[in-house]
Amino acid sequence: MGTGQSRRVLLIEDEPNIAEAIVFILSRDGWEVTHIADGAAAPEAARRLDPALVILDHMLPGMSGLEILIALRADPLTAAVPVLMLTAKGLPRDREAAERAGASRFMTKPFSNAGILAEVRALTGGGTDAAAGQR
Amino acid sequence: MTPSALIGTRLRERRLAAGIRQADLAAGAAISPSYLNLIEHNRRNVTPEVLERLAAALGLSAKEFGDSEPAALVADLRAAAATLPEAGAEAERAEDLAGRFPGWARLIAQLQTNNAVLRQAVAALNDRLGHDPHLSSALHELLSALSAVRATAEILVETEDLTPDWQRRFHLNLHHDSARLVQGAETLISWLDHSEVETETVAAAPQDEFETWAAARGWSAEPGGDDAPWPASPAARDLARAWLDQAGRDRAAMPPGAFEAALDESGPDPALLAARFGSDVLAAMRRIAFLPDSAAGLVLCDASGTLLFRKPADGFSLPRFGAACPLWPLFAALARPGQPVRALVATPAPGARRFICLGFCETRQPYGFDGPELRTAAMLILPADPRDAGAAIALGPTCRICPRAPCPARREPSILGTAAV
Repeated sequence: MGTGQSRRVLLIEDEPNIAEAIVFILSRDGWEVTHIADGAAAPEAARRLDPALVILDHMLPGMSGLEILIALRADPLTAAVPVLMLTAKGLPRDREAAERAGASRFMTKPFSNAGILAEVRALTGGGTDAAAGQR
Repeated sequence: MTPSALIGTRLRERRLAAGIRQADLAAGAAISPSYLNLIEHNRRNVTPEVLERLAAALGLSAKEFGDSEPAALVADLRAAAATLPEAGAEAERAEDLAGRFPGWARLIAQLQTNNAVLRQAVAALNDRLGHDPHLSSALHELLSALSAVRATAEILVETEDLTPDWQRRFHLNLHHDSARLVQGAETLISWLDHSEVETETVAAAPQDEFETWAAARGWSAEPGGDDAPWPASPAARDLARAWLDQAGRDRAAMPPGAFEAALDESGPDPALLAARFGSDVLAAMRRIAFLPDSAAGLVLCDASGTLLFRKPADGFSLPRFGAACPLWPLFAALARPGQPVRALVATPAPGARRFICLGFCETRQPYGFDGPELRTAAMLILPADPRDAGAAIALGPTCRICPRAPCPARREPSILGTAAV
């Protein structure tokens, strides 16, 4: 799960302008990004899409990022998918809670576009710029 | 130095502060100047009647010279010594200090109180910064808007071949997020301004603030005793309202007049009084403790032993901070719900007093049969009658400032000198 040749990224983010920017950046890098804003729909979306990576916001309506992360790790179908947590909360205890729940990486907002792209590539095994021609 | 000796010292101090000559005060109190001189130099005990007249002549209350105030002052001094043991304050000589330098002693006690209040304020502000939902929400909003601005601005600057449609879209997003930033900043500034106003209200723990307020009312929960202003903080006001509401319910269950008559007849036995009025034991304890001018003290604790409520009785020191003496009958009652505990107890010397403590513990099952049991234990503290003879439990306020040396219940060393009491 999430370790094959899939270029799919599931973005779970309720801030529309942040989501739009991330979708734009990753799409130009060759990723097929599916964005959902409702936390409660996230676990099912992850099962259905079989993404190479999940980018998960911390504070979400319906279901918190931490709850989604725990649900993903508890489900054999999504247990191994890399999860990049995004949050406006930079407190050490939030980072520790996310790491305990199984977050692969943790980025605090505001993040740089280059930074998030580097994390996505690193978490998916150094994925190449497959869409360079689209720029 | 005995507690009564402190009265003479305090009397002299107050007389000098008022600028009244010894002979004039003696005349005002209808005693001889030589007798007053002996009292002031702690060489004669003063009767309650004479003290009352002397206090009246000074325009003060006799309570201000009584044993309770010096005892409270000494307890505060010992508490101050306990907070900074490395300073090496001679805690065992606190009473001596209070008697010889009452002004300095009050200053130390007040600084100790102020210090504790400031510590609580810092803790409250720290807690607010970490957990305040409004601050957390305002910062989250700001950081979210900043993230969107940064990501969008980077796209606009770094993407050379951005189509006009995308450019327009991202410009609109920037416009929208800049408005969010302004609004978020205003919310944060408003919160900070509001916090400044409220800083003083978080200075004291709500329980302390409530108890100071209740003490200013003379612990009277009777209707009409609303002269004292309400506590400043919302949390303490809630405690005060809850206290008055509960007292109102207790009065309805055990009506004035009938309750006092029953009290005269059966004495302060909360179980008997509760049975007579079809009420519960803790309600009867509260009713006794909150009668106007009641000398009874009352403490309540939960299952963890944490004190929830503290109405002191004259001569029975209650810890202002930390845990209480484990020998209090309160905790025996806590361990045996539904069973009354009655014990004769003695407070430590100097100023040793005897009290009858009545303990009782009630349980609740707010989560139902399968849920955890909640306990509330209460201890009524009644001055002992001289006829209450026999062995008394030698207890104290709390280990840190208790002078009793050989105590099997001690959980930490005392900062006082050892005393075989």
